[in-house]
Amino acid sequence: MSGELHAYALLLLVGFLPNQIWRMLGLLVAREIDENSEFFVWARAVAIAVLAGVIAKIILLPPGTLASVPLSIRLGAIACGFAAFLALRRSVFAGVAAGEVVLMLGALAHGI
Amino acid sequence: MPSAPNLDPQPRSATAAFFAGVGAAWSSVLAYVLIGTYVGIAALAHDFGFSLWWVVASTVLVWAGPAQVILISALGAGATPLETALAVGLSSARLLPMVISLLPLIKTPQTRGRELVLPAHLTAISMWIESLRLLPTWPRATRIPFANGLGVGFMLAAQAGTVLGFYLAAALPPILTAGLLFLTPMSFLISTTRNCRLASDWLALALGVVLGPVLAAWQVGLDLLWTGIVAGTVAYGVGRLRRARP
Repeated sequence: MSGELHAYALLLLVGFLPNQIWRMLGLLVAREIDENSEFFVWARAVAIAVLAGVIAKIILLPPGTLASVPLSIRLGAIACGFAAFLALRRSVFAGVAAGEVVLMLGALAHGI
Repeated sequence: MPSAPNLDPQPRSATAAFFAGVGAAWSSVLAYVLIGTYVGIAALAHDFGFSLWWVVASTVLVWAGPAQVILISALGAGATPLETALAVGLSSARLLPMVISLLPLIKTPQTRGRELVLPAHLTAISMWIESLRLLPTWPRATRIPFANGLGVGFMLAAQAGTVLGFYLAAALPPILTAGLLFLTPMSFLISTTRNCRLASDWLALALGVVLGPVLAAWQVGLDLLWTGIVAGTVAYGVGRLRRARP
């Protein structure tokens, strides 16, 4: 039982707190910001760039079993998914489905 | 798939707006992406010996997929609490610009600070992307409950995936877990692209894709936050110059 309690204490101290501090900092800043201010336009560009960095990092330095799929297949799948999204009336579903099919077929052909 | 819910010029009640948010979450592809992603996270936690309730609690409290993957793998592999806290904190820096670029869309001059705590907590990539797309169609007075509904709807999807993944853990072949891990970059790339309107949005996306891996490869500390600041500032600057031109 103390082991279980220890696991929840760790969750609060090393999972919740270091993560939540960014949200609460954001809350403090956002309270002073107007939607039409230049700072808001800048923060939006920063957030999009961070997200783009996250996406590229997962593709190039992937976690877990995704790392066993060769880089060429990962890049091919993301390109096919993106092309399907643009070609099929900008449908998010079509893009994700196409990318997944290419990735899994590629992984299968590669013997994973 | 509908691209946006029908415009309703009449202000609705807060409860109606909240449930419309839950509904919008479940009609978004990202809800199903979250189910798949959390099947993978729960399977990982199961393999490291965490209990189902611990994983469910971590999704409620942390509510950031990449941070949860780091938390589970670091603790499971026996990293020290300090190392784990640092790794989690570094991976979550993106939440700062996301919260700053979301809350001004939902607050009014009358909004009290504590009303913004829940939307700030519910801010995650999925909720942020769909909020930016859908909020402009909602009357400002109902945007806070709508955003809360979106966040809660997405969190329910993640919890459904968590329970599913915990019991499926042993039965998942590697090709499927690779596919589940691929859901995040594929769906986020497409839905961020769909949200790009300003020139600075497009430029931030393109520069971030290039700069993120470069800074990560150079092992710059806080690489994602620097990617955002450098690429975002250049994109903002170019966008502002274009706006200034007649």
